[in-house]
Amino acid sequence: MRGYVELFNLGKTYETPKGPAVIVEDFNLNVAKGEFIALLGHSGCGKSTVLTMVAGLNDISQGGVVIDGREIMGPGPDRGVVFQSPCLLPWMTAFDNVLLGVDRVFPGASRSEKRDTVQYYLELVGLGDSLHKTPAALSLGMQQRVGLARAFALRPKMLLLDEPFGMLDSLTRMELQEVLARLLEQNDMTALMVTHDVDEALFLANRIVMMTNGPRARVGDLLESPFARPRVRADVLGHPEYYGMRERMIRFLEEQDHKKRKAA
Amino acid sequence: MPILELKNVSKSFQGGGKASGLSTEVLRAVDLSIEEGEFVAIVGFSGSGKSTLVNLLCGLLEPDRGEVTFKGQKNPPPAPDRGVVFQNYSLLPWLSVYENVRLAVDQVMTRASSSERDQRVRHYIDMVSLTPALAKKPKELSGGMRQRVSLARTLALSPDVLLLDEPLGALDALTRAVLQDEIAKIWSEEKKTVLLVTNDVDEGLLLADRIIPLKPGPGATLGKEFVVDLPRPRVRTELNHDAAFKALRNEIVSYLNRVRDESRESSGAGLRQTTVHLPNLTPADLRAE
Repeated sequence: MRGYVELFNLGKTYETPKGPAVIVEDFNLNVAKGEFIALLGHSGCGKSTVLTMVAGLNDISQGGVVIDGREIMGPGPDRGVVFQSPCLLPWMTAFDNVLLGVDRVFPGASRSEKRDTVQYYLELVGLGDSLHKTPAALSLGMQQRVGLARAFALRPKMLLLDEPFGMLDSLTRMELQEVLARLLEQNDMTALMVTHDVDEALFLANRIVMMTNGPRARVGDLLESPFARPRVRADVLGHPEYYGMRERMIRFLEEQDHKKRKAA
Repeated sequence: MPILELKNVSKSFQGGGKASGLSTEVLRAVDLSIEEGEFVAIVGFSGSGKSTLVNLLCGLLEPDRGEVTFKGQKNPPPAPDRGVVFQNYSLLPWLSVYENVRLAVDQVMTRASSSERDQRVRHYIDMVSLTPALAKKPKELSGGMRQRVSLARTLALSPDVLLLDEPLGALDALTRAVLQDEIAKIWSEEKKTVLLVTNDVDEGLLLADRIIPLKPGPGATLGKEFVVDLPRPRVRTELNHDAAFKALRNEIVSYLNRVRDESRESSGAGLRQTTVHLPNLTPADLRAE
């Protein structure tokens, strides 16, 4: 079956004075439209390399990525990216930060259509009261909400999230996971997220791809999520399979950790 | 009798300058009672007033209303009998690990001889496994190691109560887990009364006898208390099989999410209702340009 997004034999090799260093090799993944994939692995395993290649921010060494029938060549607004750090322009308000991309991606739209788009998505992430605040006046969690609104406002075909909540405290993180889950469900968005938070992957993803440690990182294990959508935290946590899956993931990460130590 | 107690404590801060008359109530009518030898975790949202609570308990702030009682004394000024570990370590950058701890011991243990103080400093640095780094300056240490120095410095003063203000909040998950285990070990050895402030439910479940949520502010109050009667030592991987752990974890997480949603609704903030319609626009294909 062909997926909406296809990663085909994706690989990344860096040339070094000691010869080529293979970071990721033969990474294969088919993603259906509206599906949410979590990439789980230890820091340094190459998960962000996969994500930045899909984003077009990192050259692809082998294989390729096809989105909606077209092979990607470099970055483009068909893929929205949210990084760990909010990356907002500090001299612009939340509104103007989102408008910046909207202006570029909807050149034919009227001024009021563009402004409505910006306001709509900022309200959707719960920032209706803070449209005209600058990043300095917003908490880190609120800044990251702006980042989510900015990504969704461009109506990308796919969302790429690189540890988007890694800088937040655990309770703010849970709140933003819920914001993200609602946004995904309302927009039928296809997404790929890199995380090392087991609970986060379980709460958000349809499928969890566990990566082996690099070099030559590839898909190690794959988990299908049994949880219903829309995701409700209490139901997910109370699901009979939740802790079994959680343990399987933690054990996988621990095994990778042991292998790494042995190799070192 | 509780060793440390808050009775009906409220605290407000002036905002926008005193002249403006604006004031924000951070804590409202907080009651908290901690028994000797107990490990209590306060789990709260960012900005809910957790640090204000710690500052009231250690005497750095005085309540507007209500009272703080420590060993029977009302609203006592700050003293080394209530030791605080801050999230930002608060080490003096020009002093070595040894000197940072020694400075505190010299200030407090004025009757001890020089060799007693020296022994004491070395004992607590050893307790946090930092003997190899005795002569290092803070900038040569990782975040986890710096927090260990801060912990050793506080423990070396033999406080009756240890107040931990999000001590592991700035550390990565792996370092945090190592330090959590270390805090559990030290607590079981020293049998200190500990109040831990954290935003991490799992941290509370691993360490505490009781978990008390601090509801979101302004005007934050303490929520329903959860007794953590899981046997010790608590091992992370084994807890995953423990039905009592799972049930308690779900209960606390769900409770916290519920009080958060209630507070967001009542304040109107975070309401995800849209007031405009989404225009039907199609993104331009910038690649075709």
